[in-house]
Amino acid sequence: MTFLLRRGVFYLVTLWAAITVNFLLPRLLPGDPVQAMITKLGGRLNSDAMASLYVLFGLDEDKSIWRQYVDYWGALVRGDLGLSFTFFPTPVADVLSQSLPWTLGLVGVTTVIAFLLGTLLGVYAGWRRGSWLDSLIPVTTFLSSIPYFWLGLIAISLFSVTWPLLPASGGYAPGLVPELSGEFVGSVLEHAVLPGVTIVVSSVAGWILGMRNMMVTVTAEDYVLVAKAKGLPQRRIMFAYAARNAVLPSISGFALSLGFIVGGALLVEMVFSYPGLGYVLFQGIGAKDYPLMQGVFLVITLAVLVANLLADVGYLLLDPRTRREG
Amino acid sequence: MNLKTKLGLGVLAFFALVAVAGEWVAPYDPSAMSDDLLSPPSGAHWFGTTMTGQDVFSQVLVGTRGVMVVGLVCGVLATLLSILVGVTAGFLGGAADEALSMLSNVFLVIPALPLIIIVASMLPSADTVLIAAVISLTAWAWGARVLRAQTMSLRRRDFVEAARASGESVWRIIVFEVLPNLTAVIASGFVGTVIFAVMLQITLSFVGVVSLSTWNWGTILFWAQSNQALGLGAWWWFVPAGLCIALLGTALALINFGIDEYANPRLRKVRA
Repeated sequence: MTFLLRRGVFYLVTLWAAITVNFLLPRLLPGDPVQAMITKLGGRLNSDAMASLYVLFGLDEDKSIWRQYVDYWGALVRGDLGLSFTFFPTPVADVLSQSLPWTLGLVGVTTVIAFLLGTLLGVYAGWRRGSWLDSLIPVTTFLSSIPYFWLGLIAISLFSVTWPLLPASGGYAPGLVPELSGEFVGSVLEHAVLPGVTIVVSSVAGWILGMRNMMVTVTAEDYVLVAKAKGLPQRRIMFAYAARNAVLPSISGFALSLGFIVGGALLVEMVFSYPGLGYVLFQGIGAKDYPLMQGVFLVITLAVLVANLLADVGYLLLDPRTRREG
Repeated sequence: MNLKTKLGLGVLAFFALVAVAGEWVAPYDPSAMSDDLLSPPSGAHWFGTTMTGQDVFSQVLVGTRGVMVVGLVCGVLATLLSILVGVTAGFLGGAADEALSMLSNVFLVIPALPLIIIVASMLPSADTVLIAAVISLTAWAWGARVLRAQTMSLRRRDFVEAARASGESVWRIIVFEVLPNLTAVIASGFVGTVIFAVMLQITLSFVGVVSLSTWNWGTILFWAQSNQALGLGAWWWFVPAGLCIALLGTALALINFGIDEYANPRLRKVRA
């Protein structure tokens, strides 16, 4: 339990750091974009909305910085992230809660698929070192060196423009009403194929390589030699002896590289106009919509932290040493 | 040095050359418009032209410099930061280690891309150097983590104890006893950081938060995307820049494999 507790404290500190950075950024950087936007919108903002934007972006110059910080936390706890300029007059929190499920679905599923697939291929490549699987590594390295969004562009130009097989943008066919019907679910799946495959193809290489190198290292250990000498079946040695130990760095790496992967996946959403957080962020950039951009950052950070915690639970189940520690 | 590493170094050298000479070699001014609108690759325009008749080949050549400069600047800055944080944490241990490790883990876990997008779009002028500095601030954490682990394994070795026993100062031990043994790790961290920085810079340009006044491969992609190059079937507009990014990234990754194999002999190919 101590292990999870330590991790939990770490995630709380990280969340605090992210929120504080979010608080400080608009106050430290020069220029007053939010003020400009408020002036532009002028009378169309009601006084409540105005007040919360003042709290979030520190336009109350006469208040002390401490007072501003406390008010800022107060607004966050109430779930008040201000108004979005892009989707005026919708509150940022509403925009985010509409797009979050799309991102969780797409990015969550593809990240898990890429991790499992890459780890499995890595186990085989490391176990049979020097086989044809090793020649796969330069290919996957090349694929992982391609930016996610460019691979997305290529996927669209091949499979939606040259051969119109799959839809190029959106989360479901226009005209459908989001509901739990066969038609809608089918449309959602159809629209998720291209962005999903793009994310898997560009993120799988890292897992293959990391797992392969760990397998190569672990295979030379004495306990693997002993297992071989005992005459255990190959499969059993490969998975229960070598892979189980080799996978540990991959899992702790999973947690740490998640922030990076999510960044790439957001780009894929932008390219495919997928109705998730990435596309919302993209629209926010164009309109200099800081309440929206900062809201996206907070929500993504929170999601990454929760995913990290889940990875830690997995680690706990696989590595008995972490359980005995406390 | 094996074939893969040589290949990587060769490609890197080629791009370095283009970065220096690109501006003189380019057949056209990359921003100059002409009457050849959206024409496919030909003898006059090797990579075709854009919607306004700009030469894509010249844009790629001239844009190489921006990419390489950001990669190099970030690589150096972030590596220095990671040495400072990682080696200090690993060598000192105790409370200093706890605090510094916590700091680098926080930087690792927080998703860098949305944060940098916000910072870049709030800056009044997001030019190349400023972006390089911002990227460096987020890129050091991974290297610091690896260096810390490696330093911790060196800290109690006999030669370090000997230096300590002979009364050397902490900083002298770190610089003359520990750092030379970390060369391979630092080198591989440097290469990794360059990959990260190049990708991030191109991404930021593509998204449109970086100043578009200077050319790099990401700005080419930005203009291609915002002018519907995809729908128009103008593949020559976005394919070359993307391939250059992938080539440069692969070259750097190959160099890194070479360093890894040098540092960990178990990864070397078994000779039959």
